[in-house]
Amino acid sequence: MTQNTQKICAGDVRSASRLIRDLEDRRPEARLRLRQIFPHTGRSFIIGITGSPGAGKSTLTDALIGELRKQQKTVGVLAVDPSSPFSGGALLGDRVRMLRHAEDEGVFIRSLATRGALGGLARAAGDAIHVMEAMGKDVILVETVGIGQQELDIIHHAHSIIVVLVPGMGDEIQTMKAGVMEIADVFVINKADRPGARQLRTELASLLNVSPHGPQDWIPPIVSIGNLYEPENFAKKTAELMDAVAKHHAHLVVSGQLAERTERKAVMEITDALRACILEPVLERLIADGELKKIAKRIQSRETDPFTEAEAIARRFLKTGEPS
Amino acid sequence: MPERKIRVMVAKPGLDGHDRGARILARCFRDAGFEVIYTGCHQTPEQVAAAAIQEDVDLVGLSCLSGAHRILFPRVVELLREKNASDITVIGGGIIPEQDFQMLYDAGIQAIFTPGASLDSIVDWIRTHIQARN
Repeated sequence: MTQNTQKICAGDVRSASRLIRDLEDRRPEARLRLRQIFPHTGRSFIIGITGSPGAGKSTLTDALIGELRKQQKTVGVLAVDPSSPFSGGALLGDRVRMLRHAEDEGVFIRSLATRGALGGLARAAGDAIHVMEAMGKDVILVETVGIGQQELDIIHHAHSIIVVLVPGMGDEIQTMKAGVMEIADVFVINKADRPGARQLRTELASLLNVSPHGPQDWIPPIVSIGNLYEPENFAKKTAELMDAVAKHHAHLVVSGQLAERTERKAVMEITDALRACILEPVLERLIADGELKKIAKRIQSRETDPFTEAEAIARRFLKTGEPS
Repeated sequence: MPERKIRVMVAKPGLDGHDRGARILARCFRDAGFEVIYTGCHQTPEQVAAAAIQEDVDLVGLSCLSGAHRILFPRVVELLREKNASDITVIGGGIIPEQDFQMLYDAGIQAIFTPGASLDSIVDWIRTHIQARN
């Protein structure tokens, strides 16, 4: 085990946060480090928290950290916020809601910017999860950017997914649509003290009732959570949420679905890795020697088509094994 | 190889709730292409230092308008040193009398910006002094 791997596996925050940064910045040496820690990953329970902007994801994440710490569990948090498509900069503000945990050594919070990824997570989110797993975190909370209907990359990373809804976002047709409404293992109706919360709950419950399911299947529970400024009630409700997630985890284990989900994740990981080691180097080369632009010109003037060109490039690179 | 992204944190230590300046700066850093971690008001120096390390930032910008900068700013630098993170640059801003500048420089604050400093001058300072590390 290298010294760096050792430090990360011992939970050293400095080494871990630096590795995450190097992975975000795509340093080649960071890939090597990731390989070294990989055998030590895969033992954490990963909870995804997703929902529209301002739904209360960060505040709920903060509450869940509190619940998990009561159970003496160590927690990693990845909080994703969007990068600007114009400046490339980002304002990462999720920590504001989680300040009370800043000094707790059992909690490691890291903000990530999407850097152009469109699936609701950062490109390096999967890598950052691995780093936190290697640190030995019992539970990792992954908070997505505020999403719409189908930024659903979280399904490839999390074991349990909490979808946070708020009242007043549309009629019941919205709850019937494909996408985000299908991925929830637990629903939260947040800000449930606001008008429309009861109606949303009824609509959601009737939707879940008509979804086809067998007697053994998991039916996502709905947890309504009211105002943060009524602390007693809020605490009771967030404990209920934690409980619902724990029950789902138990269900995953008993039903064998945990294995299915980890397999799905492994398929995604090898797919991503292939893309990174086949497609990206080829593209880099084509861009660097100006060939991509030349081909694009010929496609533009209809001298050729993209399919013929792609096949020719694939044959060329796969045969010669270049670039290595 | 893709270039390094500069990561900065904007924090307000102490009991001062006037965060308009800090928010404007956070926005301006975002528009300059930095990744900005904004942590809000009412933090202890311990929270600031811990967050800076967890986020692996290149620079921490502290804002203080209450007059407590003489205590709070040096404490952040000291805590970062204790945690082996003295490579994280600390700068400060706010209502800071000129006679305090030297004391803060001596304590390890690398730059001080007071009312009237242009946003561009702060961004330029960061671009010049922070090489996103290798």
